[in-house]
Amino acid sequence: MNSLFSFARLGALLIKEFIQMRRDRITFAMMLGVPLMQLVLFGYAINNDPKSLPAALVATSSDPYTRAMVSALQTTGYYRFDHVARSAEEAEFLMSRGDVAFVVTIPADFARRVERGDSPQILIEADATDPAVASGAISTLGTVANQALLRARGMQEAAAESAKGQLEVVVHRRYNPEGISQYNIVPGLLGVILQMTMVMMTSIALTRETERGTMENLLAMPSSPLEIMMGKVLPYLVVGAVQVVVVLAAAKLLFAIPFTGSMSLLLTAVLIFVLALVLLGYTISTIARTQMQALQLTFFFFLPSIMLSGFMFPYRGMPNWAQLFGEILPLTHFLRIIRAVMLKGAELPAVATEIGWLVVFVALFAGVALVRFRRTLD
Amino acid sequence: MNAIDVHGLVKRFGDKTVVDHVTMTVAEGEIVGFLGPNGSGKTTTIRIMCGLLTPDEGEGTVLGFDIRTDSLSIKREVGYMTQKFSFYEDLTIGENLEFVARLYRLKPVEDHVARTLEELGLTTRRNQLAGTLSGGWKQRLALAACIMHKPKLLLLDEPTAGVDPKARREFWDEIHRLASGGLTVLVSTHYMDEAERCHRISYISYGKMLATGTVDEVVKNAGLTTFVLQGPRLDQVAEALQGRPGVDQVAPFGATLHVVGSDRKALEKALSDIEKKHKGVTVAPGETSLEDVFIQFMSGSKDNMA
Repeated sequence: MNSLFSFARLGALLIKEFIQMRRDRITFAMMLGVPLMQLVLFGYAINNDPKSLPAALVATSSDPYTRAMVSALQTTGYYRFDHVARSAEEAEFLMSRGDVAFVVTIPADFARRVERGDSPQILIEADATDPAVASGAISTLGTVANQALLRARGMQEAAAESAKGQLEVVVHRRYNPEGISQYNIVPGLLGVILQMTMVMMTSIALTRETERGTMENLLAMPSSPLEIMMGKVLPYLVVGAVQVVVVLAAAKLLFAIPFTGSMSLLLTAVLIFVLALVLLGYTISTIARTQMQALQLTFFFFLPSIMLSGFMFPYRGMPNWAQLFGEILPLTHFLRIIRAVMLKGAELPAVATEIGWLVVFVALFAGVALVRFRRTLD
Repeated sequence: MNAIDVHGLVKRFGDKTVVDHVTMTVAEGEIVGFLGPNGSGKTTTIRIMCGLLTPDEGEGTVLGFDIRTDSLSIKREVGYMTQKFSFYEDLTIGENLEFVARLYRLKPVEDHVARTLEELGLTTRRNQLAGTLSGGWKQRLALAACIMHKPKLLLLDEPTAGVDPKARREFWDEIHRLASGGLTVLVSTHYMDEAERCHRISYISYGKMLATGTVDEVVKNAGLTTFVLQGPRLDQVAEALQGRPGVDQVAPFGATLHVVGSDRKALEKALSDIEKKHKGVTVAPGETSLEDVFIQFMSGSKDNMA
């Protein structure tokens, strides 16, 4: 029969690999436990949009408009008015000490200006030493303040006209109006966690055989490079599928991430992504000579993936060369797909190009791995 | 047709020629011992024969298949037992055998595994992890695995290193039983007693084939003369003989001293005054052993791994 591929031989390799996986309890536990741990840890810990930040209020009047404004700011969740400053100097001091992240000043003539239809002003001073801290709080401000004013005046149309210009902080935060960063982070985490475990596990697939001396025997027996590759890669595809289910379930249960798009489209994309990852890991293992080298190569790849894929920093904020570099990382394309499908409800046509990229990666990695595979011990 | 028929094999690693124009033929059903010091190129030669390494020069056939172009066919018909245990230590004996049976597409798997376990007396240890086996049992498992698909040729690379004498004896009985069934065996070894259990031996050193033939032929062709000295205080005699022209080896064997030289006349001259100088010591011509021949070979060539 065919000497290049036989299901019986592939079966032999698969069964062997699954038994080894089962015996290696620690690794197996790691493959399922670590993703969950990372998801919970990062999901809860990483927050680019911190809330309930300490703020000081400088208000000399206690008219209804001022009160309405303060309560409106408070209900955004960003401001926690735990300091009331009597003067601008006192507020300044609080901020310089780092006691507050914001100082909100509502001038004494605020109410009068609102009534007169003049441009009312409020001053928000933000501690911008960490820009990420303030951005969310500032960006919601315009909307909230306007709405508060409208409600307080009860004269919606006129007020809308008069209030324009001053409090106009136009922010368009589509898909995630509340700015919950977990919506952004958790789907991204799925990609990162998959990348980490899948690539690392498969990157030692061949080097482990070489280091344990079993490679010589495996090569001396009739198994083709394609069979060996599939025998190594498919079991981890199954592990990846289990991870996906775990992480998606946790995303739903722990973080209440909305699943707007098609589940089958998402799962298809995840499957292709995982396939690309395990093949990448396998390619690494055809290059590395030792398990140590394989792990180093994995991390070599891992760091830029985290930094430049749009997981950690906004993709569009990067310089052009970095964006180009990001394009050659499977994670970049996967993040676009999963965010589009999960959060925006994108359909296939919208993500077809990105899925196409993942398919290209699969073909590329498989090709390189097969070419690189050493059939002999030379 | 010869089971192994290779000519002028050369294999270099960097600037080291590990196998240097090795030519070898092994007839079907023969047990050939492959001898030589560490680093002499035995393992490399065997790996070339089973398709694990491509030779830089030379060609040949194994079981009629070209070693350069048809290594997959060779792999199907050859059983190769590696020097280091190379089955999966985290799989049980049974699982390892099942793995091998499936790779060779033996059907039904269970029958082949059960038969192999039975034949080698491993049935009771079927569910034991291979990694927990002792050296002797590991070797039995490795042998079991590489004869399961009924190969026509067995290539064994130092199969009995680190195995106790009883297990070694049983191993060789097994090899002879298999050979009588028509199996051809090429086995590399360091042990002289094992060499003497082979139909023929080949001696390789520094990548070069130095001698080949039956044990008697190799000993005879080496052209060594051996004298056996007996008597009191042989240690003093040994000291006196060291370095004398004509004396190549002085080695105590139990209560006797073997003195070996390649030049019979020079050796006789060197020994001529021993009986006079050392009272009670007798000098008599003796049989040159295979070990004497090998030690002579070894001292005549440098270690390749140095």
